[in-house]
Amino acid sequence: MAPDPMTQTVPTQLPAEWRDFFALTKPRVMSLVIFTGLCGLLAAPGTINPILGFTAVLCIALGAGGAAALNQWWEADIDAGMKRTAARPLPAGRMNRTDARDFGVLIAAASVMIMGLALNWLAAAILAFSVFYYAVIYTVWLKPRTPQNIVIGGGAGAFPPLIGWVAVTGDITLMPVLLFLIIFMWTPPHFWALALFVKTDYANVGIPMMPVVRGETSTRRQIFAYAVLLVPVAAAPWFIGGTAYVYGVASLALSLAFLALSVPVAFRQTGTNDTMKPEKRLFAFSIIYLFALFAALVADRVMANQGWIA
Amino acid sequence: MTPEEETEFKRRQKSRNLVVGGILLFLAVLFYVITIARM
Repeated sequence: MAPDPMTQTVPTQLPAEWRDFFALTKPRVMSLVIFTGLCGLLAAPGTINPILGFTAVLCIALGAGGAAALNQWWEADIDAGMKRTAARPLPAGRMNRTDARDFGVLIAAASVMIMGLALNWLAAAILAFSVFYYAVIYTVWLKPRTPQNIVIGGGAGAFPPLIGWVAVTGDITLMPVLLFLIIFMWTPPHFWALALFVKTDYANVGIPMMPVVRGETSTRRQIFAYAVLLVPVAAAPWFIGGTAYVYGVASLALSLAFLALSVPVAFRQTGTNDTMKPEKRLFAFSIIYLFALFAALVADRVMANQGWIA
Repeated sequence: MTPEEETEFKRRQKSRNLVVGGILLFLAVLFYVITIARM
């Protein structure tokens, strides 16, 4: 006998929790975005009303959150196949895919509009391009196609200090471009160190990460190469006279420590039952490195403004 | 929808409404202070 349609229960899709929408914005990644954006804003020459400064950082965070939501919308199937990402709202089935897409578009568009209306349209245009860069150029185009995905995709994470700076000054000079370049050069060794100890996950879902495609030896050498390049690039703001010695000394000390930690990663091979300590240490230090470098940049600017240093 | 599902549905709906209301209130205050700051 057929079930009575009036009494039959059908599976119900419950609305997603607000926490799941928040999780879509990748809050942990956003903390670095907010920090570097704020540092770009504080290190820029000139002054900005604190409310407008807060609005600029909020817009940078919202833009990054929107791009992250679009990234998760596009990669839901890939995320489902990786242990690290399987518990995200979409692969875990806690949210409708269309809701994630609409949420991403909404907050990204709102961030660009508010940035343009409250600050300036050059900062808004760069913010819009950064969302496009992460959501389309990196997520859709490069990530599934080339092992260089992280190198070029790193550009997306490098925009916040540039946007923060332009929000204050309204124009682009060499200094904010150098801040962009620092994060651009920092991203490959930071991410490949992580990819070395989670490479099984990426291999399972067919993402051409460098350790999977080119092998471990090549990845380790490239980590070292980027760590070498990071030394002059991080010190460049001091060399061109954009900062004083406080930043210069801090950048050299931090970059040389980064380089020293990359040496054991570069010249070894993974053994059986390897705990991957050098890789985990480099990854952990890379996060401290970026926070400390940008904090030194702001400290240098504050000290110069107070007349404590030349 | 079972009674348990309906209770859960209403709980989630209520918490989402509260968050959206809070965001709208925050944006209203933000736009107001931005307007003052830009004057």
